[in-house]
Amino acid sequence: MRLRQTVPQPATAGVAPAMVTEERIARQSRIPRWVSYAGMPLFLALASLALYLWVTGQELDSIEQRQLNSEFITDKLIEHLKLAAVSTLFVIAIAVPLGIALTRPLLRRVTPLVVGVANIGQAVPSIGLLVLLAVVSGIGFRYAVIALVAYSVLPVLRNTMVGLQQVDRSFIEAGRGMGMSKASVLARIELPLAVPVIMAGVRTALVINVGTAALATFVNAGGLGDLISNGIALNRTPVLVTGSVLTGILALFIDWLGGVTEDVVRPKGL
Amino acid sequence: MSFFDYLSARRDHLIELGLEHIQVVALSIAIATAIAVTLGVLVYRRPRQAQIVLAVTGMFLTIPSYALFGLFIPLVGLGWQPTVLALVMYALLPIVRNTITGLQGVDQAVIESAQGMGMGPWRRLFRIELPLAWPVIMAGIRVSTLILIGITAIAAAVNGPGLGQDIFDGLARIGGASALNLVLGGTLGIVALALLFDAAFAGVSRLTTSRGIRD
Repeated sequence: MRLRQTVPQPATAGVAPAMVTEERIARQSRIPRWVSYAGMPLFLALASLALYLWVTGQELDSIEQRQLNSEFITDKLIEHLKLAAVSTLFVIAIAVPLGIALTRPLLRRVTPLVVGVANIGQAVPSIGLLVLLAVVSGIGFRYAVIALVAYSVLPVLRNTMVGLQQVDRSFIEAGRGMGMSKASVLARIELPLAVPVIMAGVRTALVINVGTAALATFVNAGGLGDLISNGIALNRTPVLVTGSVLTGILALFIDWLGGVTEDVVRPKGL
Repeated sequence: MSFFDYLSARRDHLIELGLEHIQVVALSIAIATAIAVTLGVLVYRRPRQAQIVLAVTGMFLTIPSYALFGLFIPLVGLGWQPTVLALVMYALLPIVRNTITGLQGVDQAVIESAQGMGMGPWRRLFRIELPLAWPVIMAGIRVSTLILIGITAIAAAVNGPGLGQDIFDGLARIGGASALNLVLGGTLGIVALALLFDAAFAGVSRLTTSRGIRD
């Protein structure tokens, strides 16, 4: 019996203690926060510089020159960012109101059902969803965005629900007791307290979207994945490496930006 | 051809791809578990190193899969090798993180009792700490496995094995009669594998947990 208590409970989803572990270790390690903040952009700047020097040091043939010029790469980068940004905005617009609705007393009973369906939905591979939609509906920017939204809506929905559910009941009752309406309790107490959790979900969705947008190339929706695909199809290593490294740098940078934003927008009281 | 006719007509083919899919995921998970648990054991008492290990493995998981598969092509070519290399990198974080969490969660009193019984650090690690942390480590392996089952679908873009091949075959025949069945077969096959593995893990986790701490 004694031993059983010493085993840390495996979290229900297996991922829940994630942030807890990392935050605790960050506190123990006493590595100053600014070091972990500054490390990533520094690393990414060095990686970009190394890539630039390596590519300019190569003798590019005409096929490679057509892909590896600043105009083409900027186009692809903008396409990529557009895919990720538009789909993330849609995800927020869909998932946050839905998450609020599902935690209201009226709908609370269907919550486990939604979570169950959502968890099975999570098992659908992103490329499967993207290609399925392309086969059934069509190719191009619009359908890529639909697939990205469908794939990344879950983390925000789940975090909105979890964030609202973990708000202390007594705060809500205190607000009601002070004469606040249900709507203003939601807007002025519940949502502000849930913001850190919701933001974590948005960051996850954004990073997923940047990653999945690399697959948009398969449904003719552009993005940096075009460089990777062209590099493979044309058997041109510089094109392939540039596409891969830039995609990786972009994802890491967006994730870093999300992490910094999360810390900045956290309500002061928390 | 209806989807169900397609399933029965191509049963052998789908099973073959499914087995390939399982093989490549199992191989990658085995390699990743060996690396990640070793890393976790090395750093769980050293917060600074632990933070670095978590940051680096977290970075791997952030790199989009198509980019990582692509990066390995110039180094090791197409097919199984870039697939396994990338999958191992993706599987590290959840296992390392849970190894550290699990080992740090072992009660100090239990460790001291083990010392008091005359156990050296190695025996203590293998007889006491790792068995007690195992359910948490298993939870990490489960998360990694489910992540890999999905990502392996993309490996077909670099001629990797598995059910993703049917998804990309369907993409190549877009507009044709067989496209939908191919994509649907590949996608649903992967969902089925994920659900199957998830169910199997509950059993495996129980069987490999030391009898004294089973619920």
